[in-house]
Amino acid sequence: MTSSASVTLPSYPQPDARGRFGRFGGRYVPETLIPALDELEAAYLAAKADPAFLQELDRLLREFVGRPSALYLAQRLTEHAGGAKIYLKREDQNYTGAHKINNCLAQALLAKRMGKRRVIAETGAGQHGVASATAAALLGLECIVYMGREDIRRQALNVFRMRLLGAEVREVTSGTQTLKDATNEAIRDWVTNVRDTFYILGSVVGPHPYPAMVRDFQSVIGEETKVQLQALEGRPAPDAIVACVGGGSNAIGIFAPYAYLPEDQRPRLIGTEAAGEGVDSGRHAASVAGGRVGVLHGSMMYLLNDSEGQIVPPHSVSAGLDYPGIGPEHCHYSETGVAEYVPITDAQALEALQLLTRLEGIIPALESAHAIYHAVQLARELGPEGVIVVNLSGRGDKDVAEVMRLLELEQPQGQRGEVRA
Amino acid sequence: MTATLTRGAERIHAAFARAGAEGRAAFIPFMTAGYPTAEGFPAVADALLEQADLLEVGIPYSDPLGDGPTIQRASEQALAGGTSTRRTLALVRDLRARHDTPLVIMTYVNPIYAVGPREFMRLAAEAGVDGLILPDLPPDQDLEIADLAAEHGLAVTFLIAPTSTPERVKLVAEACTGFLYAVSVTGVTGAREGTALAEVPAMLALAREHARVPVAVGFGVKDAATARQVAAVADGVVVGSAFINAVREGQDVGALAAEIARGCRK
Repeated sequence: MTSSASVTLPSYPQPDARGRFGRFGGRYVPETLIPALDELEAAYLAAKADPAFLQELDRLLREFVGRPSALYLAQRLTEHAGGAKIYLKREDQNYTGAHKINNCLAQALLAKRMGKRRVIAETGAGQHGVASATAAALLGLECIVYMGREDIRRQALNVFRMRLLGAEVREVTSGTQTLKDATNEAIRDWVTNVRDTFYILGSVVGPHPYPAMVRDFQSVIGEETKVQLQALEGRPAPDAIVACVGGGSNAIGIFAPYAYLPEDQRPRLIGTEAAGEGVDSGRHAASVAGGRVGVLHGSMMYLLNDSEGQIVPPHSVSAGLDYPGIGPEHCHYSETGVAEYVPITDAQALEALQLLTRLEGIIPALESAHAIYHAVQLARELGPEGVIVVNLSGRGDKDVAEVMRLLELEQPQGQRGEVRA
Repeated sequence: MTATLTRGAERIHAAFARAGAEGRAAFIPFMTAGYPTAEGFPAVADALLEQADLLEVGIPYSDPLGDGPTIQRASEQALAGGTSTRRTLALVRDLRARHDTPLVIMTYVNPIYAVGPREFMRLAAEAGVDGLILPDLPPDQDLEIADLAAEHGLAVTFLIAPTSTPERVKLVAEACTGFLYAVSVTGVTGAREGTALAEVPAMLALAREHARVPVAVGFGVKDAATARQVAAVADGVVVGSAFINAVREGQDVGALAAEIARGCRK
């Protein structure tokens, strides 16, 4: 974690040379982008082998982002759950409030190294947009962020932040006017301006090499966890790791350093998907539990799509999980049993958000609250000998207004203040 | 691949050959199936088929990331009206009953995977489709789709772009069995202000070194003048968004098609 000549990024056995994790992943994009993806892949591999790049990234992660983030024993939550110890990997402590900044800084550095002066990004809740705008400001790059009209309405403060940081926020009015369509627009911009533009993709989705590259940039989370847990518990791996998945970048960041260990050294890896109003309701964003294999945004993955291949709009209380697909590496983990994926509803997430806030004084992002809910259930199942690490992917500031609205709808009669867990 | 041409490939090549013999580039209009409505589509298609050497019919798709706003909005409208993969194939079957002109389907890969590649090819062949254009499928991504298409008598068309390296041009050109589709500009579909066809001749020269099929150019061709520029160097001219704009604005699509078709004369 400290600066030294031996700073590296991890190398994993997946994907294969064609960008496939098993049958998932690949490059389903217009031919116009293929040379750019080849160029990106080559530039990334060169940067990954260049000590100067790695040391600059390491320096920024420490001095600008504030890494390492703490691995914090949630004592009162542990007592409440009455079972395994629950540790929180505090990505909410990062500058800009979530894990997104790890990847954005790295990609922006790469953009600069490639001589690209213009970066584009897509955003739903705004976390990736703010992180991209921040990295662009720091490195002096022109930044354009695509955001759906509906999300612009819901996340006005983040829109202002991006503009204050000097980014241009472009409103997307096509399709569902949310993250899915913002991503389409970002890809269209890239197809059009590919010669001088770098696309900072926000999750472990998209065409190869993005899922692998974003994973590598986020795996600092899991690598730190190994070292920190060794110091705290005398072993690098807990019994289980729980993380929320939309596209899946925070989850892959903490899973990947463990996922390729031999089975007997590997903790249970559990991704919590947004089940919205329930997987059977049709109003959810649970791509593993409720989707089928398909192709979106350049990659083969589990996808919410109907019997004729039209994308079904997702729903989640948490804008950051509100995506109809899930990264190809997660799909492969699911299919091969390396990780499990469990659906958590809006109501359960909201309950867990209040629980963590009251017991630990930490207001988590609604995304992360999905993981907290499951960790409490799992702690009971594992018993007092167990150790769980939850990736607390981000803080809840961005969600406070929405949570206030939902709780007032839910508890109109002065019952606010009770913890229901 | 040249040894055994599929039925679709033969019909497509013959259409290009007929146009060539008349001193023209083949005129290939595009229309989104079910646009402006499922009921209104056949009349629009008929008007285009009066002039067309081939007709390109798009399966409306919710996330057409290679298309610009014109085709995307047309797709949204067609989907809202209930047109999807199977309905598109029904519309094509209806056209096939009335016209002998080759019909090619433009589709993103997800609708093919959702129906199942084998089932999709069977349904397409049954409907009388001659070929497929696959804008988000570089040929090295999925070798099964081209094989299944061939098994069902269909030709496939892949795309090259101004950014394509010589290696990519070779790979794509060799994979095409219908015609090769050269994208004229770095960008998505759509009629544009001005013309930016500067990169086309060099790209086509490279493509012709490897292609065993006719080479057509599309994206940004919007009127007789741009069609004439393209026809000077290509075997075929694809025009899409301009016709959708015409339908939306209530213009005479047949008249516009006739004018652009005249622009395709060498």
